[in-house]
Amino acid sequence: MAAAKKSVTKETGQDKGNGADTPPDFTREQELRALRDMLLIRRFEEKAGQLYGMGAIGGFCHLYIGQEAIVVGMQMALKQGDQVITGYRDHGHMLACGMDAKGVMAELTGRRGGYSKGKGGSMHMFSKEKNFFGGHGIVGAQVSLGTGLAFANRYRGNDFVSLAYFGDGASNQGQVYESFNMAELWKLPVVYIIENNRYAMGTSVTRSSAQTDFSKRGISFNIPGEQIDGMDVRAVKAAGDRAVAWCRAGKGPFILEMQTYRYRGHSMSDPAKYRTREEVDKVRHDQDPIEQVRNRLLAAKVSEQELKAIDAEVREIVNASADFAQNDPEPDASELYTDVYR
Amino acid sequence: MPIQVLMPALSPTMEKGNLSKWLKKEGEAIKSGDVIAEIETDKATMEVEATDEGTLGKILIPEGTADVAVNTPIATILSDGESADDLGKATAPAKQQKAAESAPPAEAKAEAPASGGDEEKKAPAAPKATAEPDPEIPDGTEMVTMTIREALRDAMAEEMRRDADVFVMGEEVAEYQGAYKVTQGLLQEFGARRVIDTPITEHGFAGIGVGAAMAGLKPIVEFMTFNFAMQAMDQIINSAAKTLYMSGGQMGCSIVFRGPNGAAARVAAQHSQDYSAWYSQVPGLKVIAPYSAADYKGLLKAAIRDPNPVIFLENEMLYGHSGEVPKLDDYLIPIGKARIARSGGHVTIVSWSNGMSYALKAADELAKEGIEAEVIDLRTLRPMDTDTIIASVKKTGRAVTVEEGWQQNGVGAEIAARIMEHAFDYLDAPVGRVSGKDVPMPYAANLEKLALPSVAEVVAAAKAVCYR
Repeated sequence: MAAAKKSVTKETGQDKGNGADTPPDFTREQELRALRDMLLIRRFEEKAGQLYGMGAIGGFCHLYIGQEAIVVGMQMALKQGDQVITGYRDHGHMLACGMDAKGVMAELTGRRGGYSKGKGGSMHMFSKEKNFFGGHGIVGAQVSLGTGLAFANRYRGNDFVSLAYFGDGASNQGQVYESFNMAELWKLPVVYIIENNRYAMGTSVTRSSAQTDFSKRGISFNIPGEQIDGMDVRAVKAAGDRAVAWCRAGKGPFILEMQTYRYRGHSMSDPAKYRTREEVDKVRHDQDPIEQVRNRLLAAKVSEQELKAIDAEVREIVNASADFAQNDPEPDASELYTDVYR
Repeated sequence: MPIQVLMPALSPTMEKGNLSKWLKKEGEAIKSGDVIAEIETDKATMEVEATDEGTLGKILIPEGTADVAVNTPIATILSDGESADDLGKATAPAKQQKAAESAPPAEAKAEAPASGGDEEKKAPAAPKATAEPDPEIPDGTEMVTMTIREALRDAMAEEMRRDADVFVMGEEVAEYQGAYKVTQGLLQEFGARRVIDTPITEHGFAGIGVGAAMAGLKPIVEFMTFNFAMQAMDQIINSAAKTLYMSGGQMGCSIVFRGPNGAAARVAAQHSQDYSAWYSQVPGLKVIAPYSAADYKGLLKAAIRDPNPVIFLENEMLYGHSGEVPKLDDYLIPIGKARIARSGGHVTIVSWSNGMSYALKAADELAKEGIEAEVIDLRTLRPMDTDTIIASVKKTGRAVTVEEGWQQNGVGAEIAARIMEHAFDYLDAPVGRVSGKDVPMPYAANLEKLALPSVAEVVAAAKAVCYR
């Protein structure tokens, strides 16, 4: 994984890359917030994996473990009113947006207190209140939809920005490029965040992509792009700041390729035979986004005790969400026919 | 021998046009490629180029003449050495042959026997139906005659004036004024912010439209034809139709997908499919397919206001048809309500969109033989107005469905099933189905005609269920 940031931007005129190999330091508060938010996602996903194993969660369940720095760093670059949309690996995005862990977990277990009343499941959750627009199960669909969110911002003349997250796999879908074209043509304020975790399900990027530098995927549309170390939350946040500012200024879309890694399989049923245990362990050991922050905090003389308190707070939230998700009743049978039309 | 210039067919559906202007005078020299006249079709004003050299002999149709039928001789061209004295000879040779030489766009039609008649049979002009007035129209309301194309435009314009969140996007909707002229004038009134030309990218712009709708805007997405919307099917069904349910009612999608559906004329398999059955199968979508001008207007306005995704299936063959539209400030027709287009007690004929053309004409034929058909125009396919169908079948005891789409899993199959479920004991005969044939649409004029339903088939089916 290239830690060095590379830019294919030609005319942004912003500081991007040159001399920015080490991202700006976080304040202590930023480090603590990043640690807490990333930990919440990690512990939540571990719990979801457990519940899946127990049969409490059904169907597909795609865990975000390993990629936490991306959503947490990007969220730090947003302001109230900006929108977020993503694909099926969406639990981390929802928690980063501030959605309630109970509501997310209860949706995973298919209960009435879930964000979609139990009718959406892992891949289909939304929160109007938190400006989270899903949760989409069809690979790549969220890219056009997210471009549409940006279209609405431009139509209304506000300065909100939409973030459309997708993976290295979705990057090969046709509608992604249809969207790129219109986004640049109409100068839509959308940041395309390509979470390159190196595998589209079981197919590595080198086996699926003619151009594996995803920051270059917008070149033929004149969309600037950057390759970012997506395991370093500071680098993500700094890149997010640049991209969001670019969009807010009315300059059109921006592409951020986040180089990252998922520790778990594509879904719960994935034996992950397409990569070695050593490869996974090496990333975990060398680049874990949470350990990076923890180590920096410890080096900055934050006490173990303070960090343990964060751990405890997060565990309590996650445990409470799991309790709720297992005890909340299933949706009433009458819900079968509601919400088809309004 | 002088060459006749015939009124050319300038589009697949053109039957007649207005000769708006002659650009050459009698006696003037003409080279091949010279623009000799301007002709206004229902879609656009087109230039007519000469394909022969010579001198413009005689103008047979003066400029300003309206409704000149395709293949009518409009002028003669004298070749070298010919003079006005030779003009008389021009009328002698067979017109059809000359048409092939002098008016290439009309060539195919000229060679097909009775091509004008073809068109008419395929999309018969609305017969004088004894239509039941819509109950929503107050007595004494002034009626305005307009084409369906105009009714659609007016519906969009009215809703755009009323609600700033409504906008229209699609291919050629703005500067070109609509591939079928449906959005004519909207760019001028509402500007490029609200009337948006898209690239040719159905999947992408359908998704952008749905995303904008999820953010609260009310897009009207025009597909140049619904044939191209297959590229966008995923966004229409997976994103637009299912999101309200998947979000537990939190996030819906107020959007209209509209455009011509089904067979036009002579555009063959990939441009002629009827998607009525496809869309009307999907919960979360509303599907509208009107026939009359008034319904086109009232239902499109209702569709734009509806908070759900609506598929609005138009028919290219009907765009130029005129009908009476009530002059009301806000003429809305409720979605999901069928209309009894003609009352009768012997057999129920159920159809929608252009299928109504066959149904109504067949009802006229049947009346001559003493069979009074009740013709129901469904108008909306989802939600389907089962009650109106069942009430009629309980009265007549016999039913025939008419659709241009394929029969297997078609809308007619669904109607027949509902009749069986709800009015089995009232049926005096199995339900008859008239539909498009089970083949991709052929190009050849005769085969195309055979592939579509016909008035004769509807008449035969109605008689069959009446055991006559």
